[in-house]
Amino acid sequence: MALFASRKSGLTWAVHLTVVLLVALWVFPTFGLLVSSFRTSDQISSSGWWKALSTQETQNSPVRIAGEEDEVDGKFVIRGELFPTSDTELSNWGTSSLKPNAYEPGEVADLGDGNTLTVDNRGAFVLSGPASFAEQRSPRVFTTAATPPEFTLQNYETVLFSSRGGEGVGQAFINTLTVSIPATVIPILIAAFAAYALAWMRFPGRALLIAAVVGLLVVPLQLALIPLLTLHNQVGIGKSYLGIWLAHTGFGLPLAIYLLRNYMVGLPRDIIENARVDGATDFQIFTRIVLPLSFPALASFAIFQFLWTWNDLLVALVFLGASDDKLVLTGRLVNLMGSRGGDWEILATSAFVSIAVPLMVFFAMQRYLVRGLLAGSVK
Amino acid sequence: MNPALQGLITIILGVGGCVGYFYFSNIVLDRFIFPATGPQAGRNINRANQVRPWLFLAPAMLALGIYLAYPVVATLWLSVTDRDLGGAFVGLANYRQMVSEPKFWEALQNNILWLIFVPAMATVMGLIIAQLTDRIWWGSIAKSLIFMPMAISFVGASVIWKLIYDTRPLGSEQIGVLNALYLYFGGDAPQTWLTIPFWNSFFLMIVLIWIQTGFAMVILSAALRGIPEETIEAAVIDGANPLQIFFKIKVPQIMGTIVVVWTTITIVVLKVFDIVYAMTNGQWETQVLANYMYGKLFVGIGDWGVGSASAIVILLLVSPILVWNVYSASKETK
Repeated sequence: MALFASRKSGLTWAVHLTVVLLVALWVFPTFGLLVSSFRTSDQISSSGWWKALSTQETQNSPVRIAGEEDEVDGKFVIRGELFPTSDTELSNWGTSSLKPNAYEPGEVADLGDGNTLTVDNRGAFVLSGPASFAEQRSPRVFTTAATPPEFTLQNYETVLFSSRGGEGVGQAFINTLTVSIPATVIPILIAAFAAYALAWMRFPGRALLIAAVVGLLVVPLQLALIPLLTLHNQVGIGKSYLGIWLAHTGFGLPLAIYLLRNYMVGLPRDIIENARVDGATDFQIFTRIVLPLSFPALASFAIFQFLWTWNDLLVALVFLGASDDKLVLTGRLVNLMGSRGGDWEILATSAFVSIAVPLMVFFAMQRYLVRGLLAGSVK
Repeated sequence: MNPALQGLITIILGVGGCVGYFYFSNIVLDRFIFPATGPQAGRNINRANQVRPWLFLAPAMLALGIYLAYPVVATLWLSVTDRDLGGAFVGLANYRQMVSEPKFWEALQNNILWLIFVPAMATVMGLIIAQLTDRIWWGSIAKSLIFMPMAISFVGASVIWKLIYDTRPLGSEQIGVLNALYLYFGGDAPQTWLTIPFWNSFFLMIVLIWIQTGFAMVILSAALRGIPEETIEAAVIDGANPLQIFFKIKVPQIMGTIVVVWTTITIVVLKVFDIVYAMTNGQWETQVLANYMYGKLFVGIGDWGVGSASAIVILLLVSPILVWNVYSASKETK
């Protein structure tokens, strides 16, 4: 029995460990981007982000010792600074390119012929020897600088507010918001009325319509691009915000109707029948009873639609266009990946700006999102 | 006008218009067309109730018709006409041209790889994680973190994973995790992962698996919880071990849900465009149908015929699932 218990707790530990590993694996990529967005471009290109918390060591270019010679007690001495202009913290130094890290700061190096050299951690050196250095080749000093971990908000400032550096990420953020909010709000009401009719009103062809909605749910919207763009151009909407709002409304409706209908069908029949008996019209039943009770489903759909419109690239490229003043965040990111693919500080920060809003929505309203997913697929 | 202000006005007009339409159309119906007064009051009420569903449905049907139903027909028509000939009917010429292009076959081949690999991996991973997290006290936190990529755009995910696949020349410090690990475990030179034909498609698929696993996990977790306790208790009493319980008791009971998850991810895979567009744009033999189609339609002058033909191919690939969904939905409404 004891054996059984220990095996059982061993299994529990294995489960805990596996889940920790899986969670780490899933969070790790996003976390890397987040950390990178707080590092300077030098840091990003000189070390992986997972080393961001450790002290960075970088090799400085060698400096040849030079300076005024003093004669002290029969010895010739040169004192000076290796880096008179910059503030550097040294971790190691050396006098040969083969062993650039031979000495600790403060250690005295024997250079032969009675010459000695010492360098402290700020780069101040003392070279001394029995003969004048004027006729000798003075030694070169190799140094390794230690940079303590450092994080900066500079990237966010550049990306969001500087007009050149961020290449319009701030503008793209506003554009995305302008696209996604109306595109989230408008379909809800249209869908709610339709869903009520499909759930609680009797009329010929109802089953057929429900089947049609289910079918349209999976129609790839790739099919819609050219015909609708042509239509928009003919009507005079062209590539504009109005066009993309309408497009997102149309594409979002099947899911909205499907989700809301599934939810409304599940509402207690008694309440609705009683209201009918009391003489309430369908319009009253809908606005006073069904709509308030359907709040969770409305919230679910609103989150779906918001995430989808915020994250969408294809519909925005086609119906809003790729011109600079109308580009949304996703489109902007794709452009940055092409034009500044090596500038990870800009890319990582811009990506995080675009991810931040959906992530906040996600964590704040996860409950409704899960509920919506369950209503939308497990049937 | 400022687009943000325009947006606000649109919200007000849109919502106000909807409310106004539904409200006033009902009033018009009840008071003027079929008034519930006079000698024919009873008949009028019945008639009004026959018309009302269509009032409720009209805006949605209009939008669905214009934005989803009409384009299917229009695309079908575009795929058998030629834009350069002023839209003349050319039969299957576009399809013939499409199948003569090696890029199309490459895209189709890759799409099939995606279709096999992504739904399978995402569903299996989702199922394993759902089962494991249901047994521990911090399971909901773990689930929430694994579910998180669902909220990230495909483009954002592409940036995230591009950092992981990043390559620096030999000798300088690697900033991509994959290359750093590869060199750490004895690799000789850093690899440019996204340019290795065949395998690079898998590196792109991982991005989608990373996103979709959370979805599979959430749905399957709910299904696992819905399994009646008695069946599991009975198995425990009969001496089944945890693996047997999982594979022989639990999985068969949630098979229906597994199929739903699988097909849902399959549809996502068929439409996948952003990841390929952002990470490789179909270079190095990573083309997929949706990106092939986008390239045909919008790059250069745009070949609408072949582009539409490839869109129809995507529709054909989706249609078995479409038919199945419609079939099971109508069975359920009866």
